[in-house]
Amino acid sequence: MTEASPPPEEKGEKQQPRDAAYWAKRVERLEVSAVPDGAANVNVQGRREVGALQGFGQLWQKTYRVRLTGVETTPEETVRIWKERFPEFQPPNSRFYPSMAGVAPGEVLFISASVGGMPVHTGVRVIYADDESFTVMTPEGHPESGWNTFSAYTDEDGTTVAQIQSLARANDPIYEIGFRIVGATEQERLWTHVLKSLSAHFGVNEPVTLEKACVDPKVQWSEMKNLWHNAGARSMLYTMAGPGRWMRGLMRRRST
Amino acid sequence: MPQAQVTMEVRKVNDGVSVIDVKGELTAFAEGVLMDAYNQASDGGVRAIVLNFEGLEYMNSSGIGLLVTLLIRVNREKQRLLTYGLSDHYQNIFQITRLDDAIGIYGSEEEAVRAADTT
Repeated sequence: MTEASPPPEEKGEKQQPRDAAYWAKRVERLEVSAVPDGAANVNVQGRREVGALQGFGQLWQKTYRVRLTGVETTPEETVRIWKERFPEFQPPNSRFYPSMAGVAPGEVLFISASVGGMPVHTGVRVIYADDESFTVMTPEGHPESGWNTFSAYTDEDGTTVAQIQSLARANDPIYEIGFRIVGATEQERLWTHVLKSLSAHFGVNEPVTLEKACVDPKVQWSEMKNLWHNAGARSMLYTMAGPGRWMRGLMRRRST
Repeated sequence: MPQAQVTMEVRKVNDGVSVIDVKGELTAFAEGVLMDAYNQASDGGVRAIVLNFEGLEYMNSSGIGLLVTLLIRVNREKQRLLTYGLSDHYQNIFQITRLDDAIGIYGSEEEAVRAADTT
């Protein structure tokens, strides 16, 4: 007869909470080991993550929902498909490049977007992912400072509802002005498109609803310094330097 | 929607400080319970709210979102938000989400209340 191993408490080990496997490990700065094909590792490597408390602009909570009426799908199945097809559900002007591991805690998703015709290369890190939701957090330089949570739940009438909840503020004064003029509307179009694409995958054409609330109307002047990391400005410089990079690469190839 | 799997009891430790004992799961479904507890804790014009997380069993990213909205409300009322009883795991989550930049984390109720009283 073998002896049963003692419970963790008796061995002096603390039991991990149920959510432990769903959270990413803490990192001081983002480290990129491999860049997916087509993605630009610009404004990601070495950046710190910033949450809803660190940005410059007004803090908004926006909740987008679509009901998957008449579809036999569970919240788990919906989120599984969402994770697998996350880049496909984005509009053409906002491309996401997940790592090989896909949407999983700790993974970085690269983003190449066009905002008002200007290129913005940035990324997000998955900080939380369970069977019914996943959350991404932005790095320094991203237009927003905060989180987006993608989830699904069963409504009271048994219908599965897909939801995106954003809790974020503009990262710096330039983005704040941009959001107030046109960026907020563009952003709302983006997430509406994502929910429309997800519901179309299930053969559903239901309206996307949006609830928004300004959680903190004040701007945080102490975060003016975030301008230094502005991914839009840096992406512009990166694009302008493209011919130079190409020439250097050509000369390197010729010399070897 | 599912019911909140959490209870929050409010204790007033002195004229300026209230403690909210959080027991169970902090998810989106806890919003009503948390805001009710905050309203009760704020009664009488307290200067600081201390969250006791010794009984916290589960927290997802929506739970973190709730703490952000609570913090904004607390700041608006010119109060302070402090915590104690966070396990290493949940302290890590506070660091990942950078809540620790704005919410004081203490090892015990005594330390948290002392910090609340001295500022």
